[in-house]
Amino acid sequence: MSGTTVAPPPASPKTRAPSRSRLTDPAVGVWLAAAAVTALGWITVAARGGDFLTLANVVGILQNCVALGLVAVGQTAVILTGSLDLSVAYLISLGTLVAATTMEDGGVVTAVLAVLALSAAVGLANGLIVTGLKVNAFIATLGTAFILRGWIEDNYTGPAGKVPASFQHLGYDRIGPVPVSLFLLAAVAAAMWLITRRTRFGHHLYATGGDEHAARLSGVRTRRTVIAAHVLCSLCVGAAALFLASRLGAGAPWAGTEARYDLESIAAVVLGGTVLAGGRGGVAGTLGGVLVLAVLDSVFNQLGVDPFFKNVVRGVVIIAAVALYARRGSRRSA
Amino acid sequence: MQATQTMLAMRGVSKSFLGVRVLHGVSLDLAAGEVHALVGENGAGKSTLMKVLAGEHVPDEGSIVLDGTEHAFSHPAQAQTAGIGIIHQEFALLAHRTVAENVFLGREPTRHGLVDRRAMEARTAELLADAGVSGITPRTYVRDLSVARQQTVEIVKALASDVRVLVMDEPTAPLADHEAGLLHDLVRRLAARGLGILYISHRLREVFELSQRITVLKDGRHVTTAHTADTDTDQVVRAMVGRELSAYYPPRAHPDDIGEVRLTVTGGGNDRLRGIDLALRAGEITGIAGLEGSGRTSLARALFGAAPFTGGTMTVGGNALRPRTPRQAIRAGIALVTEDRKAEGLALRQSVRDNALLVTRAVPARGGPPAARELTALLERVRLQARGEDQETRYLSGGNQQKVVIAKWLAARPRVLLFDEPTRGVDVGAKAAIHTLVRELAREGIAVLIVSSELPELIGMSDRILVMSEGRIAGELSAGAAEEDVMRLATTAPSGDPSALSGKDSLA
Repeated sequence: MSGTTVAPPPASPKTRAPSRSRLTDPAVGVWLAAAAVTALGWITVAARGGDFLTLANVVGILQNCVALGLVAVGQTAVILTGSLDLSVAYLISLGTLVAATTMEDGGVVTAVLAVLALSAAVGLANGLIVTGLKVNAFIATLGTAFILRGWIEDNYTGPAGKVPASFQHLGYDRIGPVPVSLFLLAAVAAAMWLITRRTRFGHHLYATGGDEHAARLSGVRTRRTVIAAHVLCSLCVGAAALFLASRLGAGAPWAGTEARYDLESIAAVVLGGTVLAGGRGGVAGTLGGVLVLAVLDSVFNQLGVDPFFKNVVRGVVIIAAVALYARRGSRRSA
Repeated sequence: MQATQTMLAMRGVSKSFLGVRVLHGVSLDLAAGEVHALVGENGAGKSTLMKVLAGEHVPDEGSIVLDGTEHAFSHPAQAQTAGIGIIHQEFALLAHRTVAENVFLGREPTRHGLVDRRAMEARTAELLADAGVSGITPRTYVRDLSVARQQTVEIVKALASDVRVLVMDEPTAPLADHEAGLLHDLVRRLAARGLGILYISHRLREVFELSQRITVLKDGRHVTTAHTADTDTDQVVRAMVGRELSAYYPPRAHPDDIGEVRLTVTGGGNDRLRGIDLALRAGEITGIAGLEGSGRTSLARALFGAAPFTGGTMTVGGNALRPRTPRQAIRAGIALVTEDRKAEGLALRQSVRDNALLVTRAVPARGGPPAARELTALLERVRLQARGEDQETRYLSGGNQQKVVIAKWLAARPRVLLFDEPTRGVDVGAKAAIHTLVRELAREGIAVLIVSSELPELIGMSDRILVMSEGRIAGELSAGAAEEDVMRLATTAPSGDPSALSGKDSLA
């Protein structure tokens, strides 16, 4: 390669246009895609005599982003290091159950702390298994997912606990037209953005995912970085569990699994341009990915499209997006 | 001078991996401002010794004393803090991060707890200017830099942590000659600034140009340390291999040995090549010279269909065929030994046997996989030294890996054999073996093409030399041409008129 990558012959027409790079940046592209999907949805719904961009509908779409958004933001941190978390769905389920049952006989504060502690512990376990036992993240977190499922099935047969009205404010209250929960997502996402982009730990996340060996040789403590990423991810998942508990008013064994937050969150992250192998991407793209999925859902619901078609379109969108990013990547390295 | 100012001393360093002893009580010292060369065949233990120094391996025995303080490193970060920097053969850079982010990786400056990007970029710019580097900005993505520039970033990265000792592991291996010259200048500047430099290289000429002292390792043992001024190449080579290598290159082809035309290209071109006219003949070794980026590698890859020609005509064995994929080329009897054997030549986690059978298993048109006995004969033929045919190729030395790649192609009975940097990162002994083998293959009637950035090798091996420049063949030189003639052609840009550039015989 070295014979070809450098110093393009002046006669050659192949020159790289630097100005192009912003538009092809997936983080920008996915937001453009979200805008495009919204416009398309608006047109199709309007063509059928409906109105897509009503305030109620827009707020509804954003509200639907919250749970998946929280999980996907956490998932981004893990995927950036080149790891992965498949245990998020069961952690959400368990989180809602722990939250609701603790709130029933303890206080709200105790419950929140309990859920966050549980999440941190699961994240720590995931991180330690991945880095210490050197089990591939896919298998490691699948394993913890099974363990969590076993715990849930053994201890809960159906919805359990009761969330007091005071905590349901999180799920249902609005400030003006904006749901309170959206501020939760915004705060978590902003914090994660700051962590990944502006702190040393964030730089090390990218470095570890980009090339673990290189990062280690540069003095980065790669194992701690991966463990911390797993803990961060699980904390975000804990936040999602608290939000869902507040929405549901109780804990439910199916709270995380029915909506398949494990695969959905990975899909949103990848749709947002974060490379599954790690090292490239970020929170901004992930939020775009979540929005695209939410807008698509809303359009389909309004149009009353049958579920099969809906899933096909979602599948096509994800594959097309990643194929597009792959083309971009290979052109750059060519 | 080293007696007055010893800065670093390694004493009696031993190291074993899985019960195999790779270092036997090796000692080495280094003075401030000194370039100390470390030479030895692959597997001699140079890289392991340096990894011990850099904290990547923990030694079983022995000590490291830097500025009078004894250190025991267990993580690269500790060695880095102590002032030891290492430039690996494989760069430790993140392609998708900027130069500044790479330079300060692991020690990003912070302000109010957040990374201070501005300070980071300003300091990187200073360091780049300090090192006399131009053409790299702190915000450039590493993926957009050439290999030579990526290496410069590596060096600047080491300098950013205030290193006292800089270890360079075969830094010129991936560089073309003129880039190597720039690197040598940089090394001298750094030494003049008081850094101690440990310089590992297979290129003895640069070792003699740069170093004040030379240490030779063999089989994990220290053989000798000599002042460069008091020794010569022959002595060093003898110490390295334990024997004299009088004839470096086998004799060239006799005109009668050169037979029919096996492959022709007329007016071949693609986005990196223009107006390529070329004929490869049975029994002849054709050398391709040129600077990095001149299109040498592109030419080999075009002939092999990996980055195919998009224009022009090509014949293979008399039949018109312009391969569009490697598979088509292989079916027609073309083989390419690529310059990056780890990424493109071998399945590193597979055995010697599986690698040697790779091509014949995939492309039945070249005859089925050889029987076990034939395979053993083939591996003997390429003079492979391995623990057995079951050994995973990643455990072989560079030279033996290259022999497996060659065996893989020979199993498919090629008629045209293309080599891109046949002996890159290969030790002296294996180098001579590969050279002899390549000449034997030519003598058996294979048309051979060699691309090499090592001019002595290219001139020593080739029956004629084509010099490339800016994607074209700038001229042809006969066997035994002087290095100056090759360089003159390679560095003189051809005229802008493409039609004036079929000029194959213009400078013969």
